[in-house]
Amino acid sequence: MANALHRLANPTRFLALVRRIQPVAGVAALLLIAAGLGWGLLYAPPDYQQGETVRIMYVHVPSAWMALFIYVCMAVASAVGLIWRHPVADLSAKASAPIGAAFTFLCLVTGSLWGQPMWGTWWVWDGRLTSVLILFFLYLGYIALWQAFDDQAKAARAAAILALVGAINVPIVKFSVDWWNTLHQPASVLTMDGPHIHSTLLWPLLLTGLGFTAFYVFVLCLRVRTEILRRKVRIARLAVLSGA
Amino acid sequence: MTAFWALVRRDLHLALRQGGATMLVLVFFVLAITLFPLGIGPAPEVLTRIAAGVLWVAALLSALMSLERLFQADFADGTLDLLALGRLPMPMAVLAKALAHWLTAGLPLTLVGPPLALALALPVEALPAAWLAMALGTPCLTLLGAIGAALTVGIRRGGPLLALLVLPLYIPTLIFGSAAVDAAAFGLSPAPHLLLLAATLCVALVLAPWAAAAALRLALE
Repeated sequence: MANALHRLANPTRFLALVRRIQPVAGVAALLLIAAGLGWGLLYAPPDYQQGETVRIMYVHVPSAWMALFIYVCMAVASAVGLIWRHPVADLSAKASAPIGAAFTFLCLVTGSLWGQPMWGTWWVWDGRLTSVLILFFLYLGYIALWQAFDDQAKAARAAAILALVGAINVPIVKFSVDWWNTLHQPASVLTMDGPHIHSTLLWPLLLTGLGFTAFYVFVLCLRVRTEILRRKVRIARLAVLSGA
Repeated sequence: MTAFWALVRRDLHLALRQGGATMLVLVFFVLAITLFPLGIGPAPEVLTRIAAGVLWVAALLSALMSLERLFQADFADGTLDLLALGRLPMPMAVLAKALAHWLTAGLPLTLVGPPLALALALPVEALPAAWLAMALGTPCLTLLGAIGAALTVGIRRGGPLLALLVLPLYIPTLIFGSAAVDAAAFGLSPAPHLLLLAATLCVALVLAPWAAAAALRLALE
């Protein structure tokens, strides 16, 4: 495991791997999201209480999963970068943050749009909504901290410390619905005695979730590649300047 | 341990002899609280409802204002380099500086805040709970703030960034703190919220010095 990790610290080797993963992830994202959303929005039955608005779930719930999943990925990558000084892990964490922030924003917006018809309010200050909002601010702080440093190696480590401190919010988001019993419903897919939602609604939801994950991998590959290439260009420019 | 207390004493001396630092934070705190009844209107029933929240928001902002002096001057004049070279482990140095900072910023707020909240029509019965909540909560603000202050210590114009980093971390303290004061103001038991606040303090006490020390080492490279 550690050996494989160190092999990937070489950007050239990492780029070769990314070049193979990226198209696969892209095609998978396209197919899965098309299938999941097509099924969910057009063919899945409307809910017996919520009617057609339940279809917001097919964007809202996977976005929420991704918001948390990407933060966990970011925190793990930050820890790897901090402990083993793994340059590509730092880049992966950096590249993940805007994607995670976007999914968190999407989750908050769709939740608000869903809340208005169902709860009669756009926003409520309960544990789940508040902790997801904090998650969003943590993403923004993380991105801002990266931008505040000129030295990229320093920025990586400062941001990694922040990401790890903020990771304490992840279990709070997950369990907030169990600790504070308010408007947001408790977990209904990942529970000890199986999913609490009917399979006709569950399947498109899982497909979209997988599709969003593939989309994340695709964009992550794209962003990491861009970042590596940008640094190569910078080094090449500096070499020209100092050589001439 | 002598080094620890020496550092605490040094920071206390500096804060007290340079003067003004503690006073400025307090004056800001009082002014911030004063703004609310002026903006919202003097109706006592409204003020009672918001007293706890106003008290804590003002404490949060005052703590934020005072964070810059935690490491900035020592970073600029090289004291932090000496501390990093010294025998005292860096997390302990952070803890010492945080203790001195709390004594000159958090403790005055704790003493002055609850009586001041009486002007916001907070019932007198809520005073002990408010004092206890502030005594548990303000060290959290200093410790969590130390992480942000350490992360931004080497950055020019780090102020707004510091707010963006630290305020999300302050939210649990704000929620539990004002819930405790609110519960006491409306005749309920503040104990559960105070226990949560104490738990937050325990976590901050264990984690924050390490995180801040790592960030300081980074800034000193």
